[in-house]
Amino acid sequence: MVKINGEELDITGKTLMQYLLTTTYNMQRIAVERNGDIVPRAQYDNVVLNDGDVLEVVSFVGGG
Amino acid sequence: MIPTREEMCQALEERHGKALQQKLSVATVAICGLGGLGSNIAIALARAGIGKLILIDYDKVDISNLHRQQYKASQVGMYKTEALKENLIEIAPYVQIEAYTLKLTEDNTVDLLQDADIICEAFDKAEEKAMLVNTIWEKLPNKYLIAASGMAGLASANHIKTRQITKHFYLCGDEASDVEDSIGLMASRVMLCAAHEAHMVLRILAGECEV
Repeated sequence: MVKINGEELDITGKTLMQYLLTTTYNMQRIAVERNGDIVPRAQYDNVVLNDGDVLEVVSFVGGG
Repeated sequence: MIPTREEMCQALEERHGKALQQKLSVATVAICGLGGLGSNIAIALARAGIGKLILIDYDKVDISNLHRQQYKASQVGMYKTEALKENLIEIAPYVQIEAYTLKLTEDNTVDLLQDADIICEAFDKAEEKAMLVNTIWEKLPNKYLIAASGMAGLASANHIKTRQITKHFYLCGDEASDVEDSIGLMASRVMLCAAHEAHMVLRILAGECEV
């Protein structure tokens, strides 16, 4: 299982991009952290989600 | 009569203690975006005695900014970098200011921000916030970065908080209140979020890196 933003998901083996494409996130507004390290945007296609991974997708909203 | 550098320094040391004030006075903090967040962050940090501020914004002060940003009606039309510099010097005459009137991009970020100890993201648009965070993460991964998301509207002040996401990355705001879905930005709630960012800067410099 992979934990993303606190939710356990059965997506082990998928790439980060494959997961993101199943969501409603706007790709231009997010930043992703995995197991305490950042995931560069260019790596979304290459990062394969492993069992036990903990990710956080930070999705920015406007205003400042 | 403007106090001398020594008088200002002594006054800060008396309040903060000499050890902490020395840490603040040698610190360099970059503020990316000088709107409701950035102008308030800059004033809080200048008052606290931060040694050097790097200020970045390409925009001019507009009448529509005055309801929440730390500019004066007489400054409408000025570049925000120039107007804020003027206001900061009135408050804290000896703060060092490096101001850049330009748009921060993936290409100039490293050059402009590499000397900062801590970087504050204070943009308005969600896409620009994400761009800056991703760029810092990739190119300057060891910098402390404090960003903000969600401070629009009139929801409770108590929903604004600071969260530590990685060792070097903090996020302030309620993470939900989008300016596009609300009545807009209120001075008080934007100031709260700016205060969270500025306060985390001071905590990190004091060695208190937990939220």
